Amino acid sequence: MAQKVLVPCSSSSSCGNVQFSPSRVHTQAIAFGGGLSQSSSRKNKSLALKAVAAKGETSAPVTAKSGHEILLFDALREGLEEEMARDPTVCVMGEDVGHYGGSYKVTKGLAEKFGDLRVLDTPICENSFTGMGIGAAMTGLRTVVEGMNMGFLLLAYNQISNNAGMLHYTSGGQFKIPVVIRGPGGVGKQLGAEHSQRLESYFQSVPGLQMVACSTPYNAKGLMKAAIRSDNPVILYEHVLLYNLKERIPDEEYVLCLEEAELVRPGKDITILTYSRMRHFVLQAAKTLVERGYDPEIIDIRSLKPFDLFTIGNSIKKTHKVLIVEECMRTGGIGASLRAAIVDNFWDFLDGRPECLSSQDVPTPYAATLEDATVVQPAQIIVKVEQMLQGLI
Amino acid sequence: MARWRQRLLSSACSSSSSSAAAPQALLRLASSALSRQSSSRGFAAAPDDTTPFVVDIPVPYAGHRCDPPEQRVETSAKELVDFFKVMYVMRRMEIAADSLYKAKFIRGFCHLYDGQEAVCVGMEAALTKEDAIITAYRDHCTHIGRGGTVLEVMAELMGRKSGCSLGKGGSMHMYNKEGNFYGGNGIVGAQTALGAGLAFAQKYNKQNAVSLALYGDGAANQGQLFEAMNISALWDLPVIFVCENNHYGMGTAEWRSAKSPEYYKRGDYVPGLKIDGMDVLAVKQGVRFAKEHALTKGPIVLEMDTYRYHGHSMSDPGSTYRTREEISGVRQERDPIERVRKLLLAKEIVTVADLKNLEKQAKAEVDEAVNQAKEGGQPETHELFTHVHVKGLKQLAYGPDRKEVIVPLP
Repeated sequence: MAQKVLVPCSSSSSCGNVQFSPSRVHTQAIAFGGGLSQSSSRKNKSLALKAVAAKGETSAPVTAKSGHEILLFDALREGLEEEMARDPTVCVMGEDVGHYGGSYKVTKGLAEKFGDLRVLDTPICENSFTGMGIGAAMTGLRTVVEGMNMGFLLLAYNQISNNAGMLHYTSGGQFKIPVVIRGPGGVGKQLGAEHSQRLESYFQSVPGLQMVACSTPYNAKGLMKAAIRSDNPVILYEHVLLYNLKERIPDEEYVLCLEEAELVRPGKDITILTYSRMRHFVLQAAKTLVERGYDPEIIDIRSLKPFDLFTIGNSIKKTHKVLIVEECMRTGGIGASLRAAIVDNFWDFLDGRPECLSSQDVPTPYAATLEDATVVQPAQIIVKVEQMLQGLI
Repeated sequence: MARWRQRLLSSACSSSSSSAAAPQALLRLASSALSRQSSSRGFAAAPDDTTPFVVDIPVPYAGHRCDPPEQRVETSAKELVDFFKVMYVMRRMEIAADSLYKAKFIRGFCHLYDGQEAVCVGMEAALTKEDAIITAYRDHCTHIGRGGTVLEVMAELMGRKSGCSLGKGGSMHMYNKEGNFYGGNGIVGAQTALGAGLAFAQKYNKQNAVSLALYGDGAANQGQLFEAMNISALWDLPVIFVCENNHYGMGTAEWRSAKSPEYYKRGDYVPGLKIDGMDVLAVKQGVRFAKEHALTKGPIVLEMDTYRYHGHSMSDPGSTYRTREEISGVRQERDPIERVRKLLLAKEIVTVADLKNLEKQAKAEVDEAVNQAKEGGQPETHELFTHVHVKGLKQLAYGPDRKEVIVPLP
């Protein structure tokens, strides 16, 4: 039976009075044999028959009869459309978001419904249209700025860092910047180095910004809505390769909490922290790990800034071992910051150093084999977890 | 180059530099225009008289893709006296900031506006508080023009909690929400895109207002300015791009940094107007014309031909790239406050003694504000963490003394 684990959101104020479903619903996990010791390699085949989501089971709180099936890009579009219908100050701007419908169809049909001013096709000038979105947000409009690829937003770094992130502070609290900056990033399928960037590592130390990463249609829609309603500047990281993920999501309205992490699979042996596309690689690896008798706890951190240390901490206190699986590069990535936060806060609960699997510190090559070697693969996750749980590292 | 320097003194607006009119000749022209006016009136007006009368604008406007406005503007005795008062307060405030900086009450970067007062004061005369203004870092006087107080400015410069940004912004980050003043921006040129955003919001909300995005001759070479001009013209955003051309981008003169220093023409398809930025009435007329244009036809570029007496900032002596004769020459020939003073005296609106009184009052006001600001306290340590986010995310940070204590950001 599905267990609903309600953990308080790390911020009491941002979830507000909105109707939302507990985001901590996880799959049907049946783990027998309560006292799994951490270091033994248990080969008891009767364990853990259905440890990860089989095809048809989802992380969203719907039964097979209710809700509707949807692809991730469409879930984003639904969330955006609902917010635009609800609040007339919400508007979108970006390249080809209007008449073309969005290069990843996230804004398909919105221009016909809401008009050209609310779904604005911009020329190719990231610096100025991001600045324009931020300037408009200063007056109270809730702008959603789309970068066709996150990497292009490097051209707008100054606007995002100085004007979105810091303006609330430097004005002594006079102006708030309720802007949402979103777009696809991450390593795709042979898109080349400049179109495979992970901007979360570049923006993570800008004070004042909030960053979230979606990974499933359910959390994509919920986070999109939450980001638009937030009064802080939020960067919503989507992944190029996840847009066609399908899932059944609730029909009724729901908004997720921006600062919460998602417990994907409870377990006792090891805490695996991940986000975005790597979540799915971890789940894939977990199938094998469970067959081999391990019981990993998998958390999709979702909130990249600030980290949900409440959820992460509770997990570490239980398992005493941490593995971070990320797509950022090893140097200066989300994993690097998360490791530091874990060491600072949960040192006493750790049995060993927090491990991190990240991408290589190289520009993403075009060749398919090299590109695969750049990014963490499920087989490598399995090897790492086994090493950690067998006490080899 | 010598011709360029002479142009500074004479502020000839025509792009041909034929016969850079000798400054004396120009003054004769101006004063003869004034005396013609006062002789036709034949009586003095009281300083609070709001009866409008018309004044000629001596330096001709130059238009680009538009017909320049009339070379005459309506004003009143009260308005002129108000101009004098507020410009003089601004002048004294900047001079006070200079001494405070040297006495190390103000640290960091301090960019002073003295010499350019006519631009922000003339602008305000043509605008309402519904219109929005955004400027760069030379923003102390713009803040006053938008309704800020001298105390707020002084306290912010000294980093006190009574400052307009609670001491956390500093010289380059002064904002006034009620006055629709959006700062105060440190990075050159970034405010032009924000200005387009302000205008976008005004258009979105169907407000009958304009946004003014101010930038300098140095920022006029930024790519994002041209991006902003493109999108403003494309979508007919009600934005006025105002280039405060004080002829020097820090230490680099305009002819050394711009292939075409005719900044009012650089909008290409965006019409432009060149205005004598040292004449507050010319600025008023020009901005009024521009506001009408922006509300009906789309964006427009204004080039304010102005001058700053101080260096780029307090760390710049201001004399390594220009001569002291040039600075004093401009001060003698084109000072905006002197111009208004001459006009007031010529029209017999006030006497010399009246003006001296006003000056004393202004000086007292600034001194009082400085003293009050000096007594203001530094912000509390916990203010380090306030206003990072709008709603508390309980994000953790080290305590300010970096010991074990971990504090949640409010």
